[in-house]
Amino acid sequence: MQQTAPGKAAASEADAPKPGTALAATRIRVAHVAIPFLLFTLFAILPAFAQFGAEGYILSLVMRVMIFAIAAMSLDLILGYGAMVSFGHAAFIGIGAYGAGILMRHTVDDFFLQLGAALGASALFALATGALSLRTKGVYFIMITLAFGQMAFFFFVSLAAYGGDDGMTLRTRPLIFGQDWLAHRHFLYYLIFACMLGVYLLLRAIVGSRFGRVLRGAKENPVRMQAIGFSPYRFQLAAYVIAGTICGLAGFLLAHQTEFIAPAFMTWQRSGELIVMVVLGGMGTLHGAIIGAAAFLILEELLSRITQDWKLIFGPFLVLVALFARGGIMGYLRKRGLK
Amino acid sequence: MYTTLIAVQTLNGLQLGIILFLIAAGLTLVFGVMDFINLAHGVQYMVGAYFAFTFTALTGSFTLGLLLALPAALLVGLILEVLIFRHLYDRDHLEQVLATFGIILFLNQGVKVVWGASPLYVPVPELLQGSIQIFEGFFYPIYRLAIIGAGLGVAALLYFLVSHTRAGMLVRAGATNARMVSALGIDIRRLFMVVFGFGAMLAGFAGAMVAPILSVEPGMGDNLLILAFVVIVIGGIGSIRGAFIAALLIGLVDTLGRGFASDILRLVMDPSAASQTGRAIAPMLTYILMALVLIFRPSGLFPVKR
Repeated sequence: MQQTAPGKAAASEADAPKPGTALAATRIRVAHVAIPFLLFTLFAILPAFAQFGAEGYILSLVMRVMIFAIAAMSLDLILGYGAMVSFGHAAFIGIGAYGAGILMRHTVDDFFLQLGAALGASALFALATGALSLRTKGVYFIMITLAFGQMAFFFFVSLAAYGGDDGMTLRTRPLIFGQDWLAHRHFLYYLIFACMLGVYLLLRAIVGSRFGRVLRGAKENPVRMQAIGFSPYRFQLAAYVIAGTICGLAGFLLAHQTEFIAPAFMTWQRSGELIVMVVLGGMGTLHGAIIGAAAFLILEELLSRITQDWKLIFGPFLVLVALFARGGIMGYLRKRGLK
Repeated sequence: MYTTLIAVQTLNGLQLGIILFLIAAGLTLVFGVMDFINLAHGVQYMVGAYFAFTFTALTGSFTLGLLLALPAALLVGLILEVLIFRHLYDRDHLEQVLATFGIILFLNQGVKVVWGASPLYVPVPELLQGSIQIFEGFFYPIYRLAIIGAGLGVAALLYFLVSHTRAGMLVRAGATNARMVSALGIDIRRLFMVVFGFGAMLAGFAGAMVAPILSVEPGMGDNLLILAFVVIVIGGIGSIRGAFIAALLIGLVDTLGRGFASDILRLVMDPSAASQTGRAIAPMLTYILMALVLIFRPSGLFPVKR
């Protein structure tokens, strides 16, 4: 039920005679409008409060959260709505980052040229690997996307001219219309914020559209979708390319936020972390992916300040979430809210 | 000279393949029978290696250390099964990924806390030290041959267990249709536990066997886990025979690829370009192989009939 477009769900369920359902529907609508609204407001006003603490540290942590939220949302599109579990999604972070970094290395400083290269390369890689991967199903899809992710990883490891295994530092941030606005911390922050908001709205629109419904239909029952005249393959491939391109955007932003690129951006562990973020937050909700990314990175940061062995706490935490909070954090909240 | 090199690399590839098989056998059964994605299988291998280190140091004998490491690895597997995995069998694959990912984090850090972060070394057992001459001018370490022998022995034992015993029959039946086996009055939970424990022990055995030739360190199972997944996917999930053939194939392709990719490319390219491309392609070969297999045979080479 959480997958219906918010307005429609409220309308159709509010018509139902039972008073309890109407209440439930209102709560769902609240969850779907209020939680994202609250989240984005929080991100928007955070810089105003960050100056009371260690400003640089807080801002860069939150920028990182927002970048991974973009990547996690893109994964949620194919994983949560299309049942395509990609275990090589971090490859797109790497491709986006290297798209920016390689141009920078060759003194192409223009922001839009770099962005175009990063997104274009990600889209092409998604198109080529998606077209092949989607011939397989289920677990085999997980493994073939892993294979392509590993190929991309080893490809960038072998690029000795761009730092090989160690990666390389970017010498400066790119210029927008010839101006170095990105040198300002707050400009960069709000640029990333705008990207996250734009990606969220775009994905929300995609998921609610006819295209999104076909995608969900293909997840529930591909045979039936075919019977009523849709070819799931084309829709799934389109979704895969959209997700890859958006994740490339996250990689592009990550490169410029950290001023560094490395194959470490795209290890299989990183792909696993993206899946964990989506599942932790609650798949198939989009804002769940944002919450998952925030919970993952902030917990990691907080725990690692308490103890060097933070993974001893974080690991069991993930196990407990898997065991007891079905549907991740959003699923837990929803269950609480509806009781 | 060149023949010797090829022979050495082929044996090394076989040895990697055998180790991969020991890990993949448990993984493919757990996957095939219980439909459970166990990312934590790689840390079982690591835990086996650490146990071998500790017990060898305590007893002063690698044989005793190995014999003690096996039940210890089994115990860890059973504890994980009872505490965590059995509650996740009928859940979504992604929740299994989440939980087993958490276990990887915990155990990788756990061994760091208990044994320290620096790599540990286990001495090669005295009886198996040194090399033997296989043919004129070609020496090969005895211990590595012993690994190949032990692995082949385990493979034969596994073949016997799976295809000639009642428990093996149930496991095969479970891989085809677990619900039907349960409906016929078999305690499927106990079967799952046995399969899981056995798989964990095999992975632990693999870890213990390689302890004397590799350094024992945190995270040593992570990359082998991914290779083991490649193996079971190429072989067809749930198929022991497929896992065996795919493991040897991957072991050979990976080792020979790393050894000779540049040399082969040199036949068609100039030397510097060849060595650079070779270095780039060699680690990708196994993944290219897997992608090709999946594109042409979308459920592996030896799919289990359902």
